[in-house]
Amino acid sequence: MTDYLLLRHRNIEHLDQLDVYLQNGGFSAFKSAITNMQPSDILKVVKESGLRGRGGAGFPTGVKWGFLPNNLWPHYVVANADESEPGTFKDREILEKNPFQFIEGLMLASFAVQAKTAYVYLRGEFWQIANILQNKLAELEQAGFLGDHLFGTEYSLNIYTHLGAGAYICGEETALLESLEGKLGQPRLRPPFPAVAGLYSRPTVINNVETLTNVPLIVQHGAQWFYGFGTEKSPGVKIFSLSGCINNPGNYELPLGTPFRELIFGLGGGVPKGHKIKAIMPAGASSSLVVADKKALDTPMDYESCMQILGTPLGSASVIVIDDSINMANLVNKTTHFFKHESCGKCTPCREGTYWMAKITDRIVRGAATDDDVNLLQAVTSQIEGKCLCALGEFSIMAVQSAILKYRPDFDKLLAERISELETPALKFEQPVV
Amino acid sequence: MNQLAENYWEEIQEILKRYPPDQKRSAVMPLLFLAQRKKNFVNDQSIREISDILQVSPTDVASIAGFYSLFHQEPGGHYRIQVCTDLPCALRGADGFLKALSEYLSIEVGGTTSDGLFSLEEVKCLAACDHAPMFQLQGKGTIRYHQEQTIETAKTIIEGIRQSASLNMEGELS
Repeated sequence: MTDYLLLRHRNIEHLDQLDVYLQNGGFSAFKSAITNMQPSDILKVVKESGLRGRGGAGFPTGVKWGFLPNNLWPHYVVANADESEPGTFKDREILEKNPFQFIEGLMLASFAVQAKTAYVYLRGEFWQIANILQNKLAELEQAGFLGDHLFGTEYSLNIYTHLGAGAYICGEETALLESLEGKLGQPRLRPPFPAVAGLYSRPTVINNVETLTNVPLIVQHGAQWFYGFGTEKSPGVKIFSLSGCINNPGNYELPLGTPFRELIFGLGGGVPKGHKIKAIMPAGASSSLVVADKKALDTPMDYESCMQILGTPLGSASVIVIDDSINMANLVNKTTHFFKHESCGKCTPCREGTYWMAKITDRIVRGAATDDDVNLLQAVTSQIEGKCLCALGEFSIMAVQSAILKYRPDFDKLLAERISELETPALKFEQPVV
Repeated sequence: MNQLAENYWEEIQEILKRYPPDQKRSAVMPLLFLAQRKKNFVNDQSIREISDILQVSPTDVASIAGFYSLFHQEPGGHYRIQVCTDLPCALRGADGFLKALSEYLSIEVGGTTSDGLFSLEEVKCLAACDHAPMFQLQGKGTIRYHQEQTIETAKTIIEGIRQSASLNMEGELS
């Protein structure tokens, strides 16, 4: 049996119950931290562990915490539970099944930067989870793990939940802060960075749920222990969300550096219905399409290898598998509609560009495209590239550009089959491929 | 008279406690959820009431309601059936599932049943890609996930609600 670190509820039944979590060493890291250690000790061990942000950027967590200035107070910590990338569903499992380990990580992060207030920003669709989490937080307050003067020390901490209301962009940390301040979820111009001027213009740490869930284990077992998993530059384990044309979709906790082949064909059981694998999107809808050849399948899934070998980031490690029954023009029609809907509207290239990409791909899949529409689509992507405030615009062109580059025949096929009625309904994936 | 403040006074105080006293604006989204609880949409009166409670302009409150997709400013069904048809769900049959639901309810996507009970909507990724096809049900102030659906399981859920829901003379859910 696998010994899970983050998905420990798969080893221990009822780990979402406080007494069970306590019986299994829960909150011992937090208790020893605030009674025997200095905030700087926590910062040091997390820095030394090499833990990197699991939300997608892979930025070293301890370094991020270290940026907070000590002459500007109060400090805030915000947990990013706005999980919205198509293909990503890892934080949801942690929040539902192993909530206390996440909360303990949030508490340790708060202690490390001496924040007395922390927020958990959940996407509005996680309404049920937010309710459960609120009850867990109330339980912790009753049990003396949250509130004033914890364990007789000077340290006080309160944690609150805050629900978003359906906006992918709020996963971007400065848009999340705007949303938490009761404004439109639109990214801020940086600098200043949130570490200096974040929530309510105060120094703020924002960490992904999975990132924080690692912290209690690192504090408990030490930085060296963490290097026992993963690669030298990407230590630790990672939850890979596997979806799409795959026999066994789900979350898989694996050491960073595990090859794609093991995830897709070993654990995932391969592609169903006798189809062949065509492409991989390693980071959800924001990914480039990676041709699923031998080189790609043998690539280790860690931050460096994905970038160096495949030229695309590992991101939040949400692996969408595409089989050979899928036409990539239909696929980018889906992704461009996603980004068109989720563009916050602040920057013109993203707002207009995603609209035009959706419109052109609509024409292509409806069989109403002109001969020049694929080139036009390509031209629109170059009008978005490098011209937006945040990464959303950049993400929106990844699948489109790589589809045109690597799967041009898919577009040509639809152009050859086209009919000239403009109002023909969109071709969709009406037959499930699995 | 501020109906929202009157109906939910204690809950509003609980919400305000989560934010610094000089940052009441942070409560605008929680209050919009409160205002939406009964009728599953926010009307202009609620916008003005929230503006009043938080001392934020009605335009700002309305812009928040307009920006976020879980807030609705037009009446729809008491229950909104929101099917995810994003890429990972589509690869597992979500588009066909949505079409079957639309036929079963005899409404277009975006439409509302004639009894006012259900709206059918197409939404973006709900982080349940491994359990597609799936939908969330937004109504009565709650949002609940229904995963690994077939048209048959969805029919059971819909008919279950139809049987237990009773609408009063004003078409309100009681």
